[in-house]
Amino acid sequence: MKADPRGVLTGAHFIDGDHACGEGAIAAGCRFVAGYPITPSTEVVERIAARFPHCGGVFIQMEDEIASSIAILGAVWAGAKAMTVTSGPGFSLMMEHIGLACMTETPVVFVDVQRGGPSTGLPTLPAQADMMQARWGSHGDYEIIALCPNSPQECFDLTIHAFNLSEQYRVPVMIMMDECVGHMTERVVIPPADEIEIYPRRFTDKKPDEYLPYLPDKDLVPSMVKAGDGYRIHVTGLTHDERGYPVMNADCQEKCVHRLVDKIRKNADKIVKYEEQDTDDCEVVVVSYGITSRVALRAIQKAKDKGIKVGNFRLITAWPFPEKRIKELAGKVKAFVMPEINYGQMFFELERVVGGKASVYLVPHGGGTVHNPEAIYQQILEAVK
Amino acid sequence: MSDRNIVEQYLRMDRIPHIWCPGCGLGTTVNCFVRALSECNIPLDNICIVSGIGCTGRVAGYLKLDSFHTTHGRAIPFATGLKLANPKLKVVVYSGDGDLIAIGGNHFIHAARRNMDIAVICVNNFTYGMTGGQVGPTTPVDAVATTSPYGNCEEPFNLPYLADCAGAVYVARWTTYHVRQLTRAMQEVLQKKGFSFLEIISPCPTLYGRRNRLGDGLEMMEYYKQNSEIRNGENTKNVDIKFKGPIICGKFVDRERPTFLEMMNEKLSAKIPNYKPYTGLV
Repeated sequence: MKADPRGVLTGAHFIDGDHACGEGAIAAGCRFVAGYPITPSTEVVERIAARFPHCGGVFIQMEDEIASSIAILGAVWAGAKAMTVTSGPGFSLMMEHIGLACMTETPVVFVDVQRGGPSTGLPTLPAQADMMQARWGSHGDYEIIALCPNSPQECFDLTIHAFNLSEQYRVPVMIMMDECVGHMTERVVIPPADEIEIYPRRFTDKKPDEYLPYLPDKDLVPSMVKAGDGYRIHVTGLTHDERGYPVMNADCQEKCVHRLVDKIRKNADKIVKYEEQDTDDCEVVVVSYGITSRVALRAIQKAKDKGIKVGNFRLITAWPFPEKRIKELAGKVKAFVMPEINYGQMFFELERVVGGKASVYLVPHGGGTVHNPEAIYQQILEAVK
Repeated sequence: MSDRNIVEQYLRMDRIPHIWCPGCGLGTTVNCFVRALSECNIPLDNICIVSGIGCTGRVAGYLKLDSFHTTHGRAIPFATGLKLANPKLKVVVYSGDGDLIAIGGNHFIHAARRNMDIAVICVNNFTYGMTGGQVGPTTPVDAVATTSPYGNCEEPFNLPYLADCAGAVYVARWTTYHVRQLTRAMQEVLQKKGFSFLEIISPCPTLYGRRNRLGDGLEMMEYYKQNSEIRNGENTKNVDIKFKGPIICGKFVDRERPTFLEMMNEKLSAKIPNYKPYTGLV
């Protein structure tokens, strides 16, 4: 279906990534946001608080990030599309509810505008060091989807995409921004509403007496109902059977949790998104995401100017990781160079997937600013030696 | 059919027997609640139950309503999202003292402050039952628990006073002995608009009663009968509960304040020309 034109600010804008993310949410049909102020993500909720009264939404500033991260789940079960927005310390507080969203298969979006950590770290300065937390931060086994915009335009586009994926797979989707992308102001083009594709909620067409809340469809995703529709559903964070009732044994755990994992793993080819240039005939591939993908371009250009065959590979989904394509490339290229603003997070996933078929080099950075392109360039030189 | 208990139609009978111990007061509270439901004239499809974690947290799983068993301490913010996305729903949080007041205490006071239109039913058994009887935010001084083996040395919260000070529009306390008053109070919180708080003093003979030599479930009920004092309208300051002391019961607060959404609509209407008051998303 197409976006609801109410609230879509069609046209060209000069706004930062945080504001673009807020507009993306509104365009996607999000009408409930609960948040708690935290630098460098606050502008997203400021935008929402100003805009929602004009397009029929409710914003509530909760007492903390724990409350924000579960208020959105409540709103979803009442039929809303909902999102919360935070940065590192708040993201840490939200972890339990990422698990609850996975377990109850609640379609919802979490935005993390990453800053330097650990702990309070560098509140106003960039990092990309929550990437593993996004994947593994809540306890237990589960799968999520995480997207990495590298421009304000993508903050808009990928926020819509995040909502669509969350609805399609009934899974929490993380938008892993960083301080640079969040605070960078650029041209953002918002298309007309009838050009924005929206994945509608998977409401069941079954009657209450024949509906099983956790009986999956063919793609392993069950269809949903909302509170007040007469289905008298039970939703629990406990391990549950297809009726949604708690069952405390290993068989039910296997059935319940295995599907939560499989519905993403088995659909990974459809979910994975990346961008690549010059990877067909190159010696070394630079793999990056977010703001670092823009810094890497300069290093790649410089290496090309020196006659080195360098490919560019940008992760758009960090999770699921584009495993299949990286494996193909690993058989063909000499090396991968991966800059990221941390001391090795997505790099270790890259290393695992490459599996020794090519050399892998990390270009680490502790955060606080972006890489010097020279550091990436030097690593490219090292890699082709 | 005539010998079926009338409460059965409100319960998920396929989940019975429940997990609660003999002598536990939770079954009594659920019995009172479904009787209140049967008389409150709210369509059952519009009522949602939200629980946190713990023995009382399991109430959500037994009631045949849209029911949500959330995370520990977070029933109130979940209920907040549910209510705001669909204000037509009557949202009832039904949870325990540890869940609502210790780990969830911050959410409790803020929901009361902003007068979120939800009912909060807190079953207070003075201990953490599900985890085996630990000291909690309502355990009286000197009471023994597994993590206060020499007697509790912390002052507990006086829950009606806390709710009153934080802004609740309805505050009452009853024990599981007072089934008629309790049922009526439940009807009142179901009808009341705004943040309504009902504390239910309930026996946990297995973990609290036994360790503190308060007897079995029946003896604890006898204690409530002998030591409860009904003082409607009492200043909530005066209703704190001491170890082996009297239990002041009654309706203490019943007042009107604009709810969160009423305030939001009023303020936005004043500032934004052509603002369409928010009445729900769905």
